[in-house]
Amino acid sequence: MADIALDSRAARRPVRDASAWDRLKVNRDWLAVWFMLPAMAFLILFLAYPLGLGIWISFTDAKIGRPGEYIGFENYEWLWEDSIFWLSVFNTLLYTFVASAIKFAVGLYLALLLNENMPFKAILRALVLIPFIVPTVLSALAFWWIFDAQFSIISWSLRHLDLITENINFLGDVNWARGCVIFANIWRGVPFVAITLLAGLQTVQPSLYEAATIDGATKWQMFRHITYPLLTPIIAVVMTFSVLFTFTDFQLIWAMTRGGPVNATHLMATLSYQRAIIAGQLGEGAAISSAMIPFLLAAIMVSWFGLQRRKWQHGEAND
Amino acid sequence: MTDLPVPKVDLKGVLSGPSARAAAAAADDHSEGMSYLESLPRRLVTLYLPLSIIVIVLLFPFYWMALTAIKPDDQLLDLDKFNPFWTTAPTLKHIQKLLFESHYVGWLWNTMFVAVCATVLSIVASVLAAYAIVRLRFRGAHWIGGLIFLAYLVPPSILFIPLATVVFQYGLFDTPFALILTYPTILIPFSTWLLMGYFKTIPYELEECALIDGASRWQILVKIVLPLAIPGLISAFIFCFTLCWNEFIYALTFLQSVENKTVPVAIVNEFVDGDIYRWGSLMAGALAGSLPLVVLYAFFVEHYVSAMTGAVKE
Repeated sequence: MADIALDSRAARRPVRDASAWDRLKVNRDWLAVWFMLPAMAFLILFLAYPLGLGIWISFTDAKIGRPGEYIGFENYEWLWEDSIFWLSVFNTLLYTFVASAIKFAVGLYLALLLNENMPFKAILRALVLIPFIVPTVLSALAFWWIFDAQFSIISWSLRHLDLITENINFLGDVNWARGCVIFANIWRGVPFVAITLLAGLQTVQPSLYEAATIDGATKWQMFRHITYPLLTPIIAVVMTFSVLFTFTDFQLIWAMTRGGPVNATHLMATLSYQRAIIAGQLGEGAAISSAMIPFLLAAIMVSWFGLQRRKWQHGEAND
Repeated sequence: MTDLPVPKVDLKGVLSGPSARAAAAAADDHSEGMSYLESLPRRLVTLYLPLSIIVIVLLFPFYWMALTAIKPDDQLLDLDKFNPFWTTAPTLKHIQKLLFESHYVGWLWNTMFVAVCATVLSIVASVLAAYAIVRLRFRGAHWIGGLIFLAYLVPPSILFIPLATVVFQYGLFDTPFALILTYPTILIPFSTWLLMGYFKTIPYELEECALIDGASRWQILVKIVLPLAIPGLISAFIFCFTLCWNEFIYALTFLQSVENKTVPVAIVNEFVDGDIYRWGSLMAGALAGSLPLVVLYAFFVEHYVSAMTGAVKE
């Protein structure tokens, strides 16, 4: 027996001990550093650093081609008394709330409709998503043409139905212009809300509705007490995204009105572009875009609580 | 997403006894269990009518775009003599003007080049990051995952001013690289989040077997995880590509010379002049800029939907 033991020890000898390098090679943390490196490099260099830099620039009087000097809160004080800035804040809030509320209502309604059984269901669902696929600017141009003061197809149709006598100046009148950009935003956002909510609807088990029908529930009661509670978590997330992207919208406004008429459709994003890039006042523009951050944080908090609630509903191991 | 196997009971069939006709009807019935409660006229009013109104509103701008692009100028501007909803003499003049009298082909090429490069860079970075977060389970992986989700919520419209100065400092201003390097900040958070979801569905056991067989982490990723996550990769790829194509504010800020621009920016800036006859070519440009994405979408509808819902669900 002793011989065997000796033999095996002799056979093991050529195997060297694991060096520090070997151990490092299988160390999770060390490996993870290398795996995370490319993504982190991008996000730190082009996202985190500019985010901080933007806040710094908002405290300077930087102009295009000239690094600024620290001037404290002067940009913000200046904005505080700037009526155009407050108009843009008002516009942004109006735009966000009205568009998001309607997007949610229409999106949910469309999702419920698409969830029904009908012929050509798959094709319809695919068609509905097209506004979301096409670049926003390009569809905004189509809307610009649809809302043209002289050749608008809507004015033409209404005139031929004898509802109006004069063409409507869609993008030239303050209230019409606001309505038009909000409509275009809703048009573009509804498919996203509808298709994501539809995915949520498909996870609701039909047996719940069957049970409710047997218990004599009406359609509305079924929606209120089955569909809506089960959809709440996904609604929270979808609407956070929707609010966030509506709040920071730029391209739709820029393609349709560029903030006009008389600044009636200027959002904070378009105003900061105009002040920073076109007028060259980087500091002031940065102050306007930094002023959006508190609103975004509020939206993110809502999303976070929405996700918490989802965990609570589905159990902790929620993938 | 998964359709549960709902037992399909034909109540009328059950009530009238097990006749052969009812059994056949039940077998053919692919509808949900309760659809017999709805009559056809009722469905017309509550389902088909509102649905068709919404779909028509959603699709009308594209019809209008396409119609304008092939309408001759005199018909475009004379609404009284011609019915504006149709055209009697379609013309390719606008499209010809677009292709041969402007830089349109170059702009398309720029957009494509930037989109492909930025997407590939982002997917590579995201695959590595998502794998590390989901499967290496290093210290703080949860936190990093959360931070990446937060990065997704940082919108370009608060970053473009500082990024413009950064791009200028690095000497990237007015080059495609300005966009290729900045677009990944939008794409990486999204695709990392999406791929994390896909990687989580791959069983641990496969990786453990490979580890026992002496495979390195890199080999596991390339030979086991990636082949299994191909649907996720396709979703991430086409969605990122679409986002790149759609991006506007960075391209507007970082590019200056006409021939370097991407399609969305070029159309807004170069075609919009005082010319009353611009509408035809403007709409032709918008149509041509949308078509590549619509074609891509037509081939990968399912992947788009799973990308969209996947990113929200996680």
